[in-house]
Amino acid sequence: MDVMILAGGLSHERDVSIRSGRRVQDALRDRSTRVSVHDVDMALIPSLREGGVDVVWPLLHGESGEDGSLQALLELLGLRFVGTASKDARVAWTKPVAKSVLGRAGVDTPDFVTLPQSLFREVGAEQVLDAVAATFGLPVVIKPARGGSALGVSLVTTRDALPRAMVHCFAYGDVALIERAVAGVEVAVSVVGTGAQARALPAVEIVCEGPYDYDARYNPGRVEYFAPARLTEAQRDAVERAALETHRVLALRDLSRIDMIVDEQGVPQIIDINIAPGMTETSLFPQAVEAAGLDLGELYGEILATAAARN
Amino acid sequence: MTEGLRDTHGEGTRLDPWLGAYAARAQAMRASEIRALFAVASRPEVVSLAGGMPYIGGLPLEEIGDMMRRLIVDRGETALQYGSGQGDEALREQITQVMALEGIAAHADDVVVTTGSQQALDLVTTIFIDPGDVIVAEAPSYVGALGVFRAHEADVVHVPMDAHGLIPVALESTLARLQAERKRVKFLYTVPNFHNPGGVTLSLERRPQILEICARYGVLVLEDNPYGLLGFDHEPLPALRSMSDDGVIYLGSFSKTFAPGFRVGWAVAPHAVREKLVLASEASILCPSNASQLAISSYLNHSDWHGQIKSFREQYRDRRDALVGALEENIPSASWNVPEGGFYVWVKLPAGLDSKSMLPRAVTARVAYVPGTAFYYDGQGADFLRLSYCFPTPDRIREGIRRLAGVVDAEMETVRIFGTGAADRSGSVEFPSPDLA
Ligand SMILES: Nc1ncnc2c1ncn2[C@@H]1O[C@H](COP(=O)(O)OP(=O)(O)OP(=O)(O)O)[C@@H](O)[C@H]1O
Ligand SMILES: Cc1ncc(COP(=O)(O)O)c(C=O)c1O
Repeated sequence: MDVMILAGGLSHERDVSIRSGRRVQDALRDRSTRVSVHDVDMALIPSLREGGVDVVWPLLHGESGEDGSLQALLELLGLRFVGTASKDARVAWTKPVAKSVLGRAGVDTPDFVTLPQSLFREVGAEQVLDAVAATFGLPVVIKPARGGSALGVSLVTTRDALPRAMVHCFAYGDVALIERAVAGVEVAVSVVGTGAQARALPAVEIVCEGPYDYDARYNPGRVEYFAPARLTEAQRDAVERAALETHRVLALRDLSRIDMIVDEQGVPQIIDINIAPGMTETSLFPQAVEAAGLDLGELYGEILATAAARN
Repeated sequence: MTEGLRDTHGEGTRLDPWLGAYAARAQAMRASEIRALFAVASRPEVVSLAGGMPYIGGLPLEEIGDMMRRLIVDRGETALQYGSGQGDEALREQITQVMALEGIAAHADDVVVTTGSQQALDLVTTIFIDPGDVIVAEAPSYVGALGVFRAHEADVVHVPMDAHGLIPVALESTLARLQAERKRVKFLYTVPNFHNPGGVTLSLERRPQILEICARYGVLVLEDNPYGLLGFDHEPLPALRSMSDDGVIYLGSFSKTFAPGFRVGWAVAPHAVREKLVLASEASILCPSNASQLAISSYLNHSDWHGQIKSFREQYRDRRDALVGALEENIPSASWNVPEGGFYVWVKLPAGLDSKSMLPRAVTARVAYVPGTAFYYDGQGADFLRLSYCFPTPDRIREGIRRLAGVVDAEMETVRIFGTGAADRSGSVEFPSPDLA
């Protein structure tokens, strides 16, 4: 089987994507697959057209890789690829849209409001922020409506800190998602498969000194991971059910990572959906695979085989 | 594995079995978002006004290729062998001729060849600095030097510059204050010509004044001069080293006048210091690369290197003009200096803007710069950014500034809506990467 991994791209997460691409390539090294890694640039379409590629694995994080554009291109070229189809990717990538879809299906996500920068300009930022603080109380989490690797995300505990958090967020995009901060245990549940065949891998728990930000994610030390997560049996069932439900409701394909916080009542609140989860040395998906006692290369091989066999 | 080094506690893991083993100075190292954002700067779609990469396309690559071939064929037995710790003698002799252009009369014995002047910075810091010792440096200061100083746990105290470079009275009052506080000030680190990142040049008049003040306070001067020969308008000013043999360690480099890929720089120091530099260098690298040194040596012998520097100056002047012209046209609300040489323009943003928070927007708009905070030891500088004009063509520079103008407007709008100002980032720390050099 000939596999082309797509990694790099022009998003803010280029760096992470390149590392993910290399790790997946490494894991597949001893298998009977031929794996190349390609950036998304002018040379991509000619390389794909040359033929010989059985399946493409887009490992791009951030816009264009996760927002469905790249998937649309692959569909246009009639290529088989790993992961969610373009139209579903677009929904999963836009946090407020995904949250609404999940909400309708009865999956819990933290209360939120989506506000574009233009609204603050038109009606006055202070008044909007006052209303936010009054309705949600503090702390709240401010994040770009589309984004990843915690870029542009702030946990805001005081009213004074709200304006700067908004400025920080709008540097990454025009629309902000303001969400009630959930206290509890943060876990990431990786899901493999599609539809009724999807299964959840053991939840990985994240315990972080300070914010779980870019540094915490990619520079080992501040985060302690527990794989499997230290949950009661009931909580474990609940997080797995929530992850699988999210994966199905959003029509995610092949693999995903669903991030959530198990709140003080033991209810998993979904905070983020990743259709191209990070695959670096410090990423959660590979940790979950190991915790399940599976071999990375074998699992990646199965994911590729499924995608290659798809009509 | 000993208990203290074990990676698990409870059933958790921090993904690094050596976490308990790092030196204290490694604990503050952080993976900054800025490094992540710079990952896209190497893509051709992005106009990078960030790095200090010289315009290598301006070199006669065919000719250099032939020269390298001849070097290996004719002198391979030397070029591919270990060499002297102090550096190749013939090259050291040639280096004295290069320095003569800036008024320095040195003997080949006074020269220590290093792996870029960056290694010389490291050696000087190694032999002078104990943790907590003070280094006085311009505000702002070269990010790569700050990285070395931080690695040696020095304390850096910044002294302001104006359009004529480091301000003597400010230096004097800082040294007086540090003396009163009984701080051990080891040296003044200064980039007198076409400052990185400030773009300014220390005036002729101030040069002896700075030396006199340092002599009075018993403070050594570390003169870092990679850009001295890249002036656009007049002959180079005499180096500080040309005015004081005993009080100055001088650092030079072929990185900006020829090519950084060879990694050849040098130090000239008073003889006792030089001895220690050689010992420290041998302890860390045995000897600088013979292949690189001989390549530079034969380049200096056989190529018209004066002509090459002249052509670089002309190219860089065009680029400076393109950058400054585009700033005037597109971002009149900012202010900047007009450098008379070197690679950099230091831009003060309109009030309230923060160059670090603005960077993601710039990357989205496909233009890159270095936020001012990188050039201070203590997190100041959020209201500045550094633009380099050395690498992109004039057209790309103009395009980059048009993009930056859009970024500045959009950020101003956001800041206006939320009424925030530039953040005080005291205490936050930048780690330099080669992208920033
Ligand atoms: N509602 C919330 N309550 C508490 N903490 C939150 C909330 N939302 C996010 N966080 C924290 O902020 C971090 C980043 O948020 P989020 O996962 O939404 O961002 P992202 O940029 O999409 O990251 P990813 O790389 O996981 O896609 C989370 O890992 C979590 O620690
Ligand atoms: C002021 C200054 N010093 C030193 C250096 C390092 O140069 P080298 O390539 O010689 O190590 C640079 C490179 O950007 C510089 O700007």
